[in-house]
Amino acid sequence: MYYKTKGYRLFSIFNYIFLGVLSLLCILPIIHILAVSFSSMAPASSNLVSFWPIGFTTDAYVKTFGNSNFINSLLVSVKRTVIATIIGMVIMLLTAFPLSKEDISFKGRSIYTWFFVFTILFSGGLIPSYILIQKLGLMDTIWALILPGALSVWNVILMMNFFRGLPKELEEAAYLDGAGHIKTLALVYVPLSMPAIATLSLFTMVGQWNSWFDGMIYMSDVKNYPLASLLQTIIVQQDLSKINVDPSMLENVSQRTVRAAQIFIGALPILLVYPFLQRFFVKGIVIGAVKE
Amino acid sequence: MQRNWSLHLMLVPAVLLAIIFQYIPMGGIVIAFQDFKPYLGFTESKWVGWDNFKYLFLYPDVGQVIWNTLVIAFFKIIAGLIAPFLFAVLLNEVRLVAFKRVSQTLVYLPHFLSWVILGGILLDILSPQGGMVNQLIVALGGQPIFFLGDGTWFRITLILSDVWKEFGFGTIVFLASLSGINPALYEAAEVDGANRFKQTLHITFPALMPITIVLMTLSIGNILNAGFDQVFNLYNPLVYDKGDIIDTFVYRLGILNGKMSFATAVGLFKSVVATILIVISYRLAYKLANYRVF
Repeated sequence: MYYKTKGYRLFSIFNYIFLGVLSLLCILPIIHILAVSFSSMAPASSNLVSFWPIGFTTDAYVKTFGNSNFINSLLVSVKRTVIATIIGMVIMLLTAFPLSKEDISFKGRSIYTWFFVFTILFSGGLIPSYILIQKLGLMDTIWALILPGALSVWNVILMMNFFRGLPKELEEAAYLDGAGHIKTLALVYVPLSMPAIATLSLFTMVGQWNSWFDGMIYMSDVKNYPLASLLQTIIVQQDLSKINVDPSMLENVSQRTVRAAQIFIGALPILLVYPFLQRFFVKGIVIGAVKE
Repeated sequence: MQRNWSLHLMLVPAVLLAIIFQYIPMGGIVIAFQDFKPYLGFTESKWVGWDNFKYLFLYPDVGQVIWNTLVIAFFKIIAGLIAPFLFAVLLNEVRLVAFKRVSQTLVYLPHFLSWVILGGILLDILSPQGGMVNQLIVALGGQPIFFLGDGTWFRITLILSDVWKEFGFGTIVFLASLSGINPALYEAAEVDGANRFKQTLHITFPALMPITIVLMTLSIGNILNAGFDQVFNLYNPLVYDKGDIIDTFVYRLGILNGKMSFATAVGLFKSVVATILIVISYRLAYKLANYRVF
């Protein structure tokens, strides 16, 4: 066998080392930030911390959670993520079901399909969308963050392909028993599609949690900023004018540890759902992406 | 036949959302042909015909911005294809299931973090004043590099950090194709005396070709997308000359400087070119690899 040859063994050793190093590169920066966030001021600001906290302290977290803007934004983000995911999933299911029908049994299917697909190909762009949100009076409301993205055509396509893979006989049986389309969707299709629905709702949740741009342009009051937008402002742009910084905050905590703590809190929900996410998504993606 | 009115009914919310949030903004494109003033609105603002587009090609920075976009997107696409391809092939050689699983878990992770989080992390570790990466460079006897403050380094950072974020996730489709290869092919090659390298060359690579061609053709449609999220979270005025892309340019001009008509014209130009490219790339993917999305 090939793997017993000397050359292959040598390759194998290097391969393990190489892949191991690459894998670590994906996690070490996050561990570094975590270590900085738990370190005390002096070692953190003189760049002594690598992957383990020096002078362990939770001051940075205490200060972060003591900031009312931060708590506010955290709540906006949670609210947004929950509402948007529920609405998004309901609309996705309602849309994917009719579109998964054959052209013969549902006339107009291809017209609807092109109507939706065209929105992926072409869009009005940033400025007209911004003007629209203004005119609709959605500025500074959570709906400006939820409604424009409530219909994800990509998710609809994935869900539609999943529906098409389900056995037709079940549907026919449901119709024979007198169920209408809506009942069939709710009682036959949805229960059978839980793996796909779970994958897509987790993706939607991650997307909503991570969204920052819409919050920045549609919210003029920093109170309405979702967490990702707030973090963008204070960590990336380092613009502290928008938040009320307590001067005592800067006394015994370094800005660097506070920033690190905020970055970590921003990433935490993703890190927490990730193990569940990972179990599902490989299958979920392959369903829709690779058709051979 | 069942009654189909309920099918139409189910589509009502999606149709309404698409009309309001997708099709109505398409109508808003008219401001590209106006000298739009928000207080005058669509009807009262002055019509200027193609002036904004003429201005577009005369505006001093636009050529550079388009060039930046193309260069950054091109290298991201190439690197973003090669890295997951090779990683998947190498990972396929790993027989320790636990190692494989841990490695996959780690490399997929950055894909799920936003550029705000990763941008924050990169700002910290790439800092010329004692960021981790520069500490390492200095320890190895080099000079500290101002990654995010020098145009050329900025582009390199964009490309490498994009590969870092996405290469793991990109391996999924390649690994899926690899798992579809019939093991009998390898056994036959073994009997014929092919070593592992030859087997990889003559069985694994050809097996990955269809999906690689699909990804390559589909990427044509993305050549004007150099990644707003990433650039916006990493750039600063020092690197506008080499790092400003169409999307960031539109944002700065349109939202920050209030040149709404001009920014919309730039956006429309991008949108039209992108649509044409996407249609071409989907046709090509269908022709070359029989790939269909819907």
